[in-house]
Amino acid sequence: MMEPLLEIKNLSIDYLLDHGSFQAVKSVNLSIARGEILGLAGESGCGKSTIAFAVARLSKSPAWIVDGQIMLDGRDLLQLTEREMQKVRWRRIGMVFQSAMNSLNPLMRIERQFHDVLHRHLDTSREQSREIAEKMLLLVGISPDRLSNYPHQFSGGMRQRIVIAICLALDPDLIIMDEPTTALDVVVQREILEQIAELQKTRQFSILFITHDLHLMAQICHRMAVMLKGEVVELGDVAQMLNRPQHNYTKTLWAAVPKLPENRLTAEARL
Amino acid sequence: MITHADDVSETQLQTLPVVQLKNVTKQFGSLHALRGITFDLKAGRALALVGESGCGKSTCANIISRTIAQSGGDVLLNGSEVPSPLRIKDEKPFRRNVQMIFQDPFSSLNPAFTIRHHISRALKIHGHGINRADRTRRVLETLDLVGLEGETAASKYPHQLSGGQRQRVNIARALAVQPSVLLADEPTSMLDVSIRLDILKLLSRVKRERNLAMLYITHDIATAYQVAETIVIMFAGQMVEWGDSLTVLSQPRHPYTKLLLSAVPDPERRFHVENSMEYLNEATRIRAISRVYSEDVIQIGENHFVRKTEATDFS
Repeated sequence: MMEPLLEIKNLSIDYLLDHGSFQAVKSVNLSIARGEILGLAGESGCGKSTIAFAVARLSKSPAWIVDGQIMLDGRDLLQLTEREMQKVRWRRIGMVFQSAMNSLNPLMRIERQFHDVLHRHLDTSREQSREIAEKMLLLVGISPDRLSNYPHQFSGGMRQRIVIAICLALDPDLIIMDEPTTALDVVVQREILEQIAELQKTRQFSILFITHDLHLMAQICHRMAVMLKGEVVELGDVAQMLNRPQHNYTKTLWAAVPKLPENRLTAEARL
Repeated sequence: MITHADDVSETQLQTLPVVQLKNVTKQFGSLHALRGITFDLKAGRALALVGESGCGKSTCANIISRTIAQSGGDVLLNGSEVPSPLRIKDEKPFRRNVQMIFQDPFSSLNPAFTIRHHISRALKIHGHGINRADRTRRVLETLDLVGLEGETAASKYPHQLSGGQRQRVNIARALAVQPSVLLADEPTSMLDVSIRLDILKLLSRVKRERNLAMLYITHDIATAYQVAETIVIMFAGQMVEWGDSLTVLSQPRHPYTKLLLSAVPDPERRFHVENSMEYLNEATRIRAISRVYSEDVIQIGENHFVRKTEATDFS
């Protein structure tokens, strides 16, 4: 295995309640190598998004990081000042969330939204930003002449691709994708993930890919971790997790996804 | 012209469909939300409407439930036309017959009232149960039917239940008034994967036990197969391919059906890491072809129909 880009060591996160606390993440250890796609699976409330927010240092009260380290290239992100962290966010760690498409400013043309991010992080001029934006849009399959459009002129899938393009424009080492296609229909989902898979291959960034859909995860990830109630219960290569799952919960999750009839030629028993 | 194989089959002659949609259209301003929608819901059977968001599937459910009026065509319940808007005197009997469950189990229950209240209110409104004790008995019965511990569940408030349990309550509320039609609009898409199957199994079971005519709306074609005997694939307000579930899935003819099937996550097939643009361009091309309005419908098999496009497979 290549050197780890990100190492999560012994991470524990609580949600503070009026009385006591809820342990959302319990001593989790995970590492992501350069150029690796690591999947994090589990049901709502299992702590997977809590980890994603912690890695981007976006945890907000009442979330409380009790213990642990999040090492990016050997530097503990949890020890950085907010100012230092601002240089890491977007520049080194990109983020694409489920509702990312709604994070575009409805009053700004797409070109301006690129410039906003690029100027801040790379100090580019308007022309340079435009040049980069054109390249990035092409990369995600959107015609560059649509840069002057507003977000509402795009479909949900296109908006999600625009956010991914903005994210890629800063050439981050790691992209956190938290249910990036859950709000979209399956065809658009495949369009986007095919693109991400190709871009990841050519540009060799790492991805922390979070979803509840194990089948989808198996199509794109190299390794995957399954979380249950704040703990990682199983971790391994996708092929191994698919063919020889060890933990009962992993087996349950695989079995929970409805399948199309086998080869679609022989009918399986209906419900 | 659209014809149904069942129009001539014997079973059809014996049992009248509970709900019939005949050439239903709906326009929102200049947008054709539905065009030429024709299908039947039969007792004890489920029909799945499958398609992407915005394809018109929920509009169909809203028209059947008379939440909105169609722009053209007829909606028949037990063979007689249902006016829209409903006449006041028809309102109650109609609602008792046609019940809906919705996608969001969190917003479809009133947080201020117990589960008992939700279900007994439905019973009261529709005149089921002669007195309080009788209604309570029915509440418990219905909760048992949907797999909830009646006594315990009845006294709880919605926030004390999980999403899956709340969806069971919604199903119980719908079934309590003994409808003949159940419209389920994405009933599992907001639930965790591990409980989705249980809810689908529950729907299949009550459909059989209560002889319900069920409309199951989903964007997930794999669950459609598991619940419904008939699948209708919709795109841009048109039925593009429909018929027996297994036939449609195993011998898809319409380019959009094929595209939809190709996009179902499959752990055995890794994403290509080269030429993702090819897929994107192909999907875009198919959408453009499928969006074209066409009146030509071709019967492929005994219960298998497809709308003609320039890329429909007639091999």
